[in-house]
Amino acid sequence: MGTLVEEIFSRKLRKEVKAGEIVIADVDYMLTHDNTTPLAIKAWNDIAKPIKDKSKLIIVFDHAYPAPNVIAAMAQQKILEFIKEQNIPNFLRKGICHQVLIEEGFVVPGRIIIGADSHTNTYGALGCFSAGFGSTELGVAWVTGKTWFKVPHTVHVKLTGKTQRGVFAKDIMIYVAGKLGMNGATYKSLEFSGDYIENLPMHERIVFSNMSTELGAKCGLIASDKTTISYLENHTKAQGPFHEIKPINPNYEKEVEIDVSKIIPQVSCHPTVDNVKPLNELEGMQIDQVFIGTCTNGRYEDLEIAAKILKGRKVSRFTRTIITPASQAIHEKAEQNGLVKIFNEAGCTVTATGCGACIGRHGGVLAPGDKAFTTMNRNFIGRMGSAEAEIYLGSPASAAATAIEGKVADPRKYMTGEEQ
Amino acid sequence: MSKVWKFNNNVNTDEIIPGRFNITIIPEELAKNVFCEVSPDFAKNVQKGDVIVAGENFGCGSSREHAPIAIKASGTKCIIAQSFARIFFRNCINIGLPLLECKEVYEEINENDNVEVNIETGVLKNNTSGKEYQAQPVPSFVLKIAQAGGIIPFLREHEVEELQ
Repeated sequence: MGTLVEEIFSRKLRKEVKAGEIVIADVDYMLTHDNTTPLAIKAWNDIAKPIKDKSKLIIVFDHAYPAPNVIAAMAQQKILEFIKEQNIPNFLRKGICHQVLIEEGFVVPGRIIIGADSHTNTYGALGCFSAGFGSTELGVAWVTGKTWFKVPHTVHVKLTGKTQRGVFAKDIMIYVAGKLGMNGATYKSLEFSGDYIENLPMHERIVFSNMSTELGAKCGLIASDKTTISYLENHTKAQGPFHEIKPINPNYEKEVEIDVSKIIPQVSCHPTVDNVKPLNELEGMQIDQVFIGTCTNGRYEDLEIAAKILKGRKVSRFTRTIITPASQAIHEKAEQNGLVKIFNEAGCTVTATGCGACIGRHGGVLAPGDKAFTTMNRNFIGRMGSAEAEIYLGSPASAAATAIEGKVADPRKYMTGEEQ
Repeated sequence: MSKVWKFNNNVNTDEIIPGRFNITIIPEELAKNVFCEVSPDFAKNVQKGDVIVAGENFGCGSSREHAPIAIKASGTKCIIAQSFARIFFRNCINIGLPLLECKEVYEEINENDNVEVNIETGVLKNNTSGKEYQAQPVPSFVLKIAQAGGIIPFLREHEVEELQ
């Protein structure tokens, strides 16, 4: 009985738990990446006790990999020594952690996954409780196999209706961010439901959970259903049985209902995710760099829509257009299906998978005065390099249209109606 | 006596320590660049025992522990904000950087005021204005971790279940 987060914790702990309770729960997996593993190793060394279950650790190299400088290389060298010494089985270099964990089958409804990365929330789209933590807590959990949670209260976002042509999950989530604000769900569980969500394919649902972080949420959950189970069976290595976990007579702290049918393409403007404007108010603003990728929108379908828009066209001569697939598997599929060729012919730069330009250390760093239009989840000052650059967030379709014109452009004029 | 450094709402982890400096985990190195873009004088002039006063949602953004570590290593005694972002809140507890939540402090205290803060009781006295404030009481399990000096010293002596 309860909200989705209460249901997941109650199942896990085999007793009914309610929002506000502090519980200690076993965690199923613990994620760290090249940026956050060194501090977790330090914490673990300081505790000086053995790792409880090595098969529950997952270490991913994605943030600054391949290493762009000597210091990053030295950090990765230290992590590799640890992996070797401790014989850690789950060590992955196949793409962005949040995509790879789903592909590799670690993410299953009802599990609890903690990660030293703020976008660990992503797995909530598959009915898995997942949340970001600091590295020290990960080092602690390596030893204890568990951690403390305050079961959060829930903000329920009900999304109804059918989107217009050229409007994607990213536009709707940006709209929600504008409505709730970047502090709108701090400490809370954001639960997304409604017929819009129920009809949405998994790659689009993931956008909502991924960006729940930007509203301060502890987790961003979607009830698991037939879509979830079919995705797990057909697109991941996860082993069933998989459960449909739904809220039962939930008591929500706050409820918001939004009719998505009225929403047009949206943009989060410099410098916060909740500085939201309809894209048409920004049309014509010059853009120096377009970046399509990240754990938010670097999936195959995101690249596919961008390719449909870019096919047979050229990106603006003065707009650097960078495309970074979220995983090697996505990159391979994009290659096989001719997407990479379309991007190359359009004048884009397709990079190897990884977090890339999103963390401002390599793969497309911004100069002072640059304006970037990206499919990222976050546009903080200095995020992509210079603190004097501006970052705008939108859908992959909006980003592709913008790349063609070199100015913010409405994707709908490049879409025939068959794309979605 | 502590000097107040005042920040606004929604101070994010990139503002506390930009990503490009997170290539080290040496606290003193991180402290050299803390707030370098939003408050360039902070790292140069902060004194041991100074406090940070901020508005809502302090520490939002990345899970990077580099952010609270940089603040702690700068000598900052504690942060008093209207609210904290959740990962930042946990990180501070875990590394032993004290936090207090209080609405009025942000509204009424100015940069450079002299204050006295008692972390155990949550009482803050503003010597500049003479006014006293009571921050929200800290949950008991948080105090247990804080009294041990962070989660790691706590776990050396105890089991995780003892937090409950």
